Amino acid sequence: MIRFEPRARASLALIVGARLAALATAFALAAIPLAAAGAPVGRSFWLMLQGAGGTLFALTETLTRATPLILTGLAAAVAFRARLFNIGAEGQLYAGAMAAVAVGSGAVSGGPLLLVPLVLLAAALAGAALMLVPTVLKVRLGVDEVVTTLLLNFVVLLVAQMMLEGPLKDPMGGGWPQSEPILDQAMLPPIVERMRLHGGFLLGLLACVVAHVLMTRSVLGLRIRAVGENATAAAYAGIPILPTMLAVGALSGGLAGLAGASEVAGLKGYLTADLSRGFGYAGIVVAMVAGLQPLAVVPAAILVAGVFVGADTMSRTVGVSNYIADLIVALALVCVLVSGLFVRFRVRIA
Amino acid sequence: MPKTPPLVLRIDGVTKRFGALVANDAISLDLRAGEILALLGENGAGKSTLMNILFGHYVADEGTIAVARDGGAPEPLPPGRPGAALAAGIGMVHQHFALAESLTVLENVALGTRPVWSPSLRLGEARARLGRLMAESGLAVDPDRRVGHLTVGEKQRVEILKVLYRGARILVLDEPTAVLTPGEVEGLFAVLRRLVAGGLAIVFISHKLGEVTAIADRVAILRGGRKVADRPVAGASRAELATLMVGREIAPSRRAPRAPGPPLLVLDAVAVPGERGRAGLDGVSLTVHEGEIVGIAGVSGNGQGALAALLAGTGPRPGGRATLRGAAIGSGPGAVMRAGIGRIPEDRHHEGVVPSLSIAENLAIESLGEPSVSRLGFLRWGAIRARARAAITAYDVRCPGPDAPIRLLSGGNIQKVILARVLDRSPRLILANQPTRGLDVGATAAVHDRLLQARERGAGVVLISEDLDEILGLSDRVGVMVRGRLSAPEPVEGLTLERLGLLMGGSPEERAA
Repeated sequence: MIRFEPRARASLALIVGARLAALATAFALAAIPLAAAGAPVGRSFWLMLQGAGGTLFALTETLTRATPLILTGLAAAVAFRARLFNIGAEGQLYAGAMAAVAVGSGAVSGGPLLLVPLVLLAAALAGAALMLVPTVLKVRLGVDEVVTTLLLNFVVLLVAQMMLEGPLKDPMGGGWPQSEPILDQAMLPPIVERMRLHGGFLLGLLACVVAHVLMTRSVLGLRIRAVGENATAAAYAGIPILPTMLAVGALSGGLAGLAGASEVAGLKGYLTADLSRGFGYAGIVVAMVAGLQPLAVVPAAILVAGVFVGADTMSRTVGVSNYIADLIVALALVCVLVSGLFVRFRVRIA
Repeated sequence: MPKTPPLVLRIDGVTKRFGALVANDAISLDLRAGEILALLGENGAGKSTLMNILFGHYVADEGTIAVARDGGAPEPLPPGRPGAALAAGIGMVHQHFALAESLTVLENVALGTRPVWSPSLRLGEARARLGRLMAESGLAVDPDRRVGHLTVGEKQRVEILKVLYRGARILVLDEPTAVLTPGEVEGLFAVLRRLVAGGLAIVFISHKLGEVTAIADRVAILRGGRKVADRPVAGASRAELATLMVGREIAPSRRAPRAPGPPLLVLDAVAVPGERGRAGLDGVSLTVHEGEIVGIAGVSGNGQGALAALLAGTGPRPGGRATLRGAAIGSGPGAVMRAGIGRIPEDRHHEGVVPSLSIAENLAIESLGEPSVSRLGFLRWGAIRARARAAITAYDVRCPGPDAPIRLLSGGNIQKVILARVLDRSPRLILANQPTRGLDVGATAAVHDRLLQARERGAGVVLISEDLDEILGLSDRVGVMVRGRLSAPEPVEGLTLERLGLLMGGSPEERAA
């Protein structure tokens, strides 16, 4: 007979330990299909680790892949804390990328000190603006934001494709649906020589620290946490619900928009319709693995990115499909969610 | 008829420890058929733990539980098996109901009585049996109504019917009156008396002395995990029981005579439309003076909610005039608080606190924009914690510390935190909406003392309560709400329970109309 007794409070060691145990479990479970595919399990994981961080190149590739995930993960973490379930980071990322291209590919001229902040600001505003309508609809009319933000993703992606065939299309692009390139002086600088890792990663780290301070130290952060946990009591205590939710929505959408700017102005240099490899959705996994804690978003994003980058290497060598990465990430999400149960409850076996 | 009715339940030396805490310390208890045993104790005395062991949710560290079937000898109940407790005829009605809101009464009662894979619930059979049960017990509910549409009192009847339907011979009621209006309590008591007359044994968990002396045959008192008394109710005085339960004498809160000051709150023909079957306000006029407590009595749903929402700033803009010290009362909680109204909400868990936030954060939450709490948009954590520590000491909040999530606290301690939050702002007018509902004797006394102190220093208090003893004990004047109208408040001196009851039922003139 197994029973669950609620714990009064959980220690930090328990929370971190449970999460690590959950990740270990996810990898152990992933060993089963690996073995079934005939791959040597130990060597496969070793290759994954090598591929994710064994060399400077591998490490920077992982961090490059983690960069958009940090920003979209943070976007989800901040919004989910206020029970604003923003599933639209993918669309907000494309909105941000379009704004970055519109501003940064020659419409404004100037030096990097003007153009880089301008590109980032335009992207953040575009992402934030996209989040306003779902937020107002949710607070005022009770429209489910999961549905509205999710559907807006497809709308924005179609708009982006239309723009790439129209106003944003590069006339020198040889007919390909891609935008004009971002000016060199509007690009985020690389931070490791001859590697693809760029300033967007530092932007992500900074955003996590700022979000952490905001959530724990500011009036807005306390308002956000109060509204998310018990909106009735928050309203009773005089906390304005709509402005607080609008602030959260703008923050979340803005962060996802920054992810778009970081990808076009840090990595690709121009916009295409396949800019994001599901970074908006993967950000939700990152946020959950991080327990919605801004500072934990960084390791969670690096972990998820490492799995994807490492799995590419591994699949090339041992001949297993790199879909194993999706499987591991999915298992990690499930295991982390289950581990939350063990943090909240003490399990007794009678 | 035998002289002593047969034993149905024997709890023998049950001990349960949680770490260093001894929640139950060698508790023994007998229950006989046809009796109502009140299990009395403050929050945290061990009542819930004992019942959880009885139902197999917890396993006792020591001791046994035995249940007698059909007048036979008591047989031990296997520990830790909820199914065995149910099979042995033990049924419980929790404070928070476990009903499927979208199903009908009949479906709820029949639910779970048939194997999961059986093709039919055999509702025809169930209907006939439920009808017989209702006739025998006097518990009447329309079997075809959806549970979601029932009142709280009706839902409780469905819960009791569910237990009876499963053939229970021992019925455990956990604080059954906490959610009921005085009228519904009377109805429940009548049903309980009928049920025990039919041979059922009832354990009535409560911390309300008045109810215990009204309904129970015998009372067992728990304090700090130990049974400190087990005696017939006849001949026991309430003061005696209270002392046993709390472990010290509780001095009743005394209202010192005080001449009221100038008018503070003036409502003049205030009107608010009712909603969802609850009365609004229909031309309510009321003046509350400084240093005066005005009690608002009435059966729940007669407009008290609308009056509270008006004063709390959560309601719609009213018709008529509502002023505080001559200035119109704004709308919105922020405006109302700035005008000097402190609000103690009716539902402290739902409206009063944010459960996962800390005690310190919950204390600060009403004054986030103020310089004592924040500077340039950032929280002054040092000041917030210092204030929390001071409040914890001053209000005797039992808690692990200012950073503990408030959900860990008992209802009484949560109410103390809310009191500290409200009173630290030195409000001119205090709205106290059911301030002691569900609280134990000690916490109730603490709340009453604080309200009287506020009155001493010149605050006006609007006390909305369904506890008539509380109304009569604290108020200077008392008004009664019926269908959105407020009777002209009368001085408490010379006001009797009979007179209040008459007013609560609607005055004779009005009934004739």
